[in-house]
Parts: sequence; C-alpha cells; structure tokens
Amino acid sequence: MTKPLSQRLAPFIFTIGFFILWELGCRLFKVSNFILPAPSVIFAAMQQYAWPLTRNAGHTLWMTMAGFGISIIFGLAIGLLVGSSKLLYAGLNPLLVGFNSIPKVAVVPILVIWFGVGWLPPVLTAFVISFFPIVVNVATGLATIEPETEDVMKALGASRLDIMWKVGIPRSLPYFFGALKVAITLAYVGCVIGEQNASNLGIGNLITRASADFNVPLIFAALIVLAILGVFLVVIVDMIESRTTGWAKRSGFGG
Amino acid sequence: MAFIEIENVTHTYGGQAGASATLAVEGLSIKVNEGEFAAVVGPSGCGKSTLMKLATGLQFPQEGSVAVDGRKVDRPVKIAGMAFQNPVMLPWRTVLENIMLPLEIVQPHRSLLREKKAEYVEKAEQLLATVGLKGLGQKFPWQLSGGMQQRASLCRSLIHDPKLLMLDEPFGALDAFTREELWCVIRDLHALKKFTVVLVTHDLREAVFLGDRIFCMSARPGRIIAEREVTFPRPRDLEITYTPTFADVVHELRSQIKSARDPQALDPQALDPQAAGAAA
Repeated sequence: MTKPLSQRLAPFIFTIGFFILWELGCRLFKVSNFILPAPSVIFAAMQQYAWPLTRNAGHTLWMTMAGFGISIIFGLAIGLLVGSSKLLYAGLNPLLVGFNSIPKVAVVPILVIWFGVGWLPPVLTAFVISFFPIVVNVATGLATIEPETEDVMKALGASRLDIMWKVGIPRSLPYFFGALKVAITLAYVGCVIGEQNASNLGIGNLITRASADFNVPLIFAALIVLAILGVFLVVIVDMIESRTTGWAKRSGFGG
Repeated sequence: MAFIEIENVTHTYGGQAGASATLAVEGLSIKVNEGEFAAVVGPSGCGKSTLMKLATGLQFPQEGSVAVDGRKVDRPVKIAGMAFQNPVMLPWRTVLENIMLPLEIVQPHRSLLREKKAEYVEKAEQLLATVGLKGLGQKFPWQLSGGMQQRASLCRSLIHDPKLLMLDEPFGALDAFTREELWCVIRDLHALKKFTVVLVTHDLREAVFLGDRIFCMSARPGRIIAEREVTFPRPRDLEITYTPTFADVVHELRSQIKSARDPQALDPQALDPQAAGAAA
C-alpha cells in the first residue's frame, strides 16, 4: 500500500511551513525573544545547550519508559481482572473513575513526602497517570466478547482460562494498543510534571531551572525536544500496533 | 431411550421467579431420536434459544429434566457443535485456524493436536472442501462473504465430530439463493455423518425440507403445541419444495403457528390429532 507522493511529503511540508510562518511572524511583528523566541533563536539555543538537552531528554525518556512499563503491567493485570468478572467490574469501576479524576499534579507532593526528590516521583507520576486508559480499554475488550462466541466455547467445555486465552486476550489487543497510544503521551506528561516538581534531572527539571533564569529560548528548545520525543514514542507504538493487530484495521473491528 | 429428552421443563430468566422474571419456557417436552434431524419452529421470542442452551448444558432447567445421550445434563455437553445466525469467526485467525478452534478445547483432540497436527489440518481442509470452500483456509474470515463465513462456521461446529449439532437460525441472515445452497450443504453433511441435528428456525420451508421431525412452539412462555413427522424420502432434492404435498405440509404448520401467535384463537381441536398423540 503506497500513498501518493504528496501525502507522504505532506507531514514534512506542513511542519517546515509551520516554523517558517512562526519565524516570519516573529520578525514581522518584532516579537521580543523574552515573549516568543523565533525558531532561529530556539535552534541556536538547542545547539548551545545540546549536551544538557540530550542528557536530560535521555533521562526523561528513560523515566517515561519505566513508568509506562509499570502501567502496562498493572493496567493489563487489572484490566484483565476487571473485564473477566462482572462483580469486580461493578465494584472497582467507581473507585477507578474516582482515582482517575484526581489531577495527578496534586499527587506529586505526596510522592515527594513518601519518596523524596529523585527518580521515583517522575516514574510513579507517569505510572498513575497512564494506567487508567489501559485498564478501561482492556476491560472493554474482554467485556464485549460476543455472547455466541462464549456459547460456542462453553458448549465445547472450555474453561474460563481457555476463553480468556483464546478469545479474550487476542480480542482485547486492538483496544490495548489503542490505549497505549493515549497512555504513552500521558506517561510522558506525567513524567515531566514529576520532574518539574520533584527531580534534579530530566527535561521537566531543565524547564524549571531555565524559567528561574528567565532563559526563554532554552524553555522553548526544551519544549521542542519534548514534542519530537513525543512523536517518536507514538510512532514506535503505532509500528508495534500495526505489526500485531493489523487484522483489526482490515476487518473493521473495534473502535 | 431418545437421544435428547427434555421433560416438562420450566425455565425463567431474570431472577428466581421475581417480579422482573420472564417465563421463557413452561412445561416444555421434546424427544429427539439419535441421528434424527429435528426442526423447531415458532414465533419470535418463543424460547427457542433457551431450548438450545438447555440442550447443550449452557443453562440448567429450574424445573423438569434434560438428558442428552443418556446422561442428565448438569454441565456443558461437549458432544455438541453449535452454529448461529452470526458466524462469529475470530478475525485474528485464518479460516482454517478458526475451524480448528474446537480441537484446541475438546479432548482427546486437545492433547493430540500438537502431535497429529498434519492429520487434523488435512481433516479441516477436507471439511472445507465438502462445504465448497476448497483452498480458502488461509484467508481471513473478513475476506469472505457472509454466506462463505456461514459455511466456515458450519465446518467449525463439525470439526470435532460432534454427535449433536445445534443450529440457531444459521441461515437467517443470508439471501434466498445462498440459503438454499446451504440447505443442501447441511442436508449432505447430515446424510454423510449421521449426527443428530436440532435446527431452530423461523423458516417453515427450511424446516420441512430439512427436518425429519418438526416441533412447533407457542409464543412465550414456550411449549410444544404440535409435533409432526416429515416423511419425504431422503435424499431430498430442492425440487420437492415446489411440489403440492410439500406446500400442504408448510401450510398446515403455518396455521398451527398462527393459532399459537393468537392465544384466543387456540383451539385444541385444530391441532393435528396424530401429532398430539405422538407428543403424549
């Protein structure tokens, strides 16, 4: 399946166009670097601070992946549990929704009290913010098995584990990967929030320090690095998804 | 002793006779002999699906008894294959893998599958060929048309050589031509493998063409209001569906269902006395 050339080039053209417009706008209206630095200034800052940016970005990436990894494990486990039992679903749903509606920024101070400043608060913030969509989606995938499929399986004498393994889990995979795309960006946001408040390293911490110095170009440079990393992470999840659950797209299955 | 014996079964849904409970079937009695093709017809919501679930051990009657193959049904029967109006193929498996699903569950195939994989694949391919899907095993179900998926679904219900085949309106969603083709497919499979079939359907022509014995169910709460043997010789050709005798049988059944839909018009005298005798 090959897209026409124009569609393949479009992402690059639009991105470059966006930065050109930004540059032109800044120059035309003589916007101060302190308010909104032009892309050229930001790129200069990126070169100037190349090493701290790389080092902190690496740290943020690492913390995000750690938090994301934990939330995959817990999200899958809780999702499978909740989705396979109507009782657990009914019982845990209000708790999960309530927990999810707490703004996670408000949790960071507690994490600092518990674990101090360091690598744990960003990882845990990334985890608590990103595991909920995984739970909900995996549970949905399991809970929406066609009753006929279940009847076919049960009439053959299949155990709950058989049904879970042969139908439930493969069936919830597209939901799971759909959730991962949301979760990875959330984990990333959580991680940066954690770093801003409770870490000595990472892009979040770099932004906090840069803003204390009123180094606006560096803040923007950090934001752009964050954006690039974010796109990069989603692309990776996308690639894994299309490898493993291509059937769902072609069969028009799921959401 | 009959192969399926459902005796005086009463079954409710939605709680134990609570205010919200619906009486699905009441005083339901059915006997199907081994190797027989039984068709159950009746108005919508007459508890035909309940009948399916009772006979396969997916549900247990609150009153009365259900026995299949000489054993009281107190757990899923495992000797049954099922097919529904919705083919419910698993979209992440190829057609062949879908068909072989029961082999991954039912013993002794489950333990033998790894060892005798080639043999089982061969068997699945043959079954595919008998329903006219030769060489399509490597396709995914969503690459097939509705009729082809239904054929594959039939294969899945038969791969483990069940002694009992339960069909819940399997041809309901198909166009008339495909439906008639599949009638012939199931007719030939029945003639070949000699399993017992219970076919639940709305279609009287389908019931008369395929069935050896037809049960008419009343509106909810469902019970058998008439039982009729169909004696057209086998193998039956599709042409018989256009003969006057065939039309007479269909017509007779139709009037029985009609009276079942309208309880006021229900007159025991109108029922076939022969059938009433057979049911007793």
